[in-house]
Amino acid sequence: MSDLLDIAGKTYSSRLLIGTGKYKDFEETRSAIEESGAQIVTVAIRRTNIGQNADEPNLLDFVSPDKYTILPNTAGCFNADDAVRTCKLARELLDGHDLVKLEVLGDQKTLYPNITHTLKAAQTLVDDGFKVMVYTNDDPIVAKELESMGCVAVMPLGSLIGSGLGILNPHNIHLILEEAEVPIIVDAGVGTASDAAIAMELGCDGVLLNSAVAHANKPILMASAMRKAIEAGRESFLAGRMPRKAYATASSPLDGVSR
Amino acid sequence: MTTLTVNGEPFSLSGRTVADLVQALNLSGRRLAVEVNRDIVPKSAHADHLLSDGDVVEIVHAIGGG
Repeated sequence: MSDLLDIAGKTYSSRLLIGTGKYKDFEETRSAIEESGAQIVTVAIRRTNIGQNADEPNLLDFVSPDKYTILPNTAGCFNADDAVRTCKLARELLDGHDLVKLEVLGDQKTLYPNITHTLKAAQTLVDDGFKVMVYTNDDPIVAKELESMGCVAVMPLGSLIGSGLGILNPHNIHLILEEAEVPIIVDAGVGTASDAAIAMELGCDGVLLNSAVAHANKPILMASAMRKAIEAGRESFLAGRMPRKAYATASSPLDGVSR
Repeated sequence: MTTLTVNGEPFSLSGRTVADLVQALNLSGRRLAVEVNRDIVPKSAHADHLLSDGDVVEIVHAIGGG
């Protein structure tokens, strides 16, 4: 069955987008990503340590841009200017690659998106030719606004970044999905495989996660679980679930029982 | 000597270009991006871009993130 995720004109067979943060080492990062089946992989952009070992391993040697679509993020940016600057550095770093994950954060405690600055940065980046996948809250009006501005994917949080609390407001995600004309990807909050399946059963186009795998006791096994959960959730959505009923309906005929 | 600020630290460079700086830092051939006074200097211009005393240079690379 051909069921591909289309982001900015490029198609992907995997609907799992995975982060590269918080693993034990680059070897574990590589193994977990491989096991997850993800094709889009997020990275952060940071100052290079000056005067340190020049042979220090480089993340992109383990997660090759030739094999994966690298999605640089603006994590750590708390205003629009810093986020735009980070995206420009990322584009230079990745030889003109212009797909970015925009996140402009509000405060350290919640890492909740600052929507005023997110909208401002999104407009600047779209005008500059970037393909923007944008982290946002689960507000359907804001989601639609970001889509109208030209963002190529809208990525509402399921719950706070790194919280592992799952999809706290499925009704809002559903409202976003009803109006969306670009891919909707739940970004943040997934804690375990069932959370990812729930996001996909709601009809989301994909799930972006990091901590749920990196902070599992066995990250590589959890990466495998996430791959299956997302596939199962997607198929379940496409299959269409049965209606919920208040009372029992027998699966076996009630007639003809030997008495 | 060219006196620079590189990633927030003072740095004295015996050359003049961005390529000289990258080499002096043992970063030649690494995947990185360079910004001078908040403007990107593309890789193709590293060899020609002249640095001046007081320039503020940022050098970044990709690390793990979500």
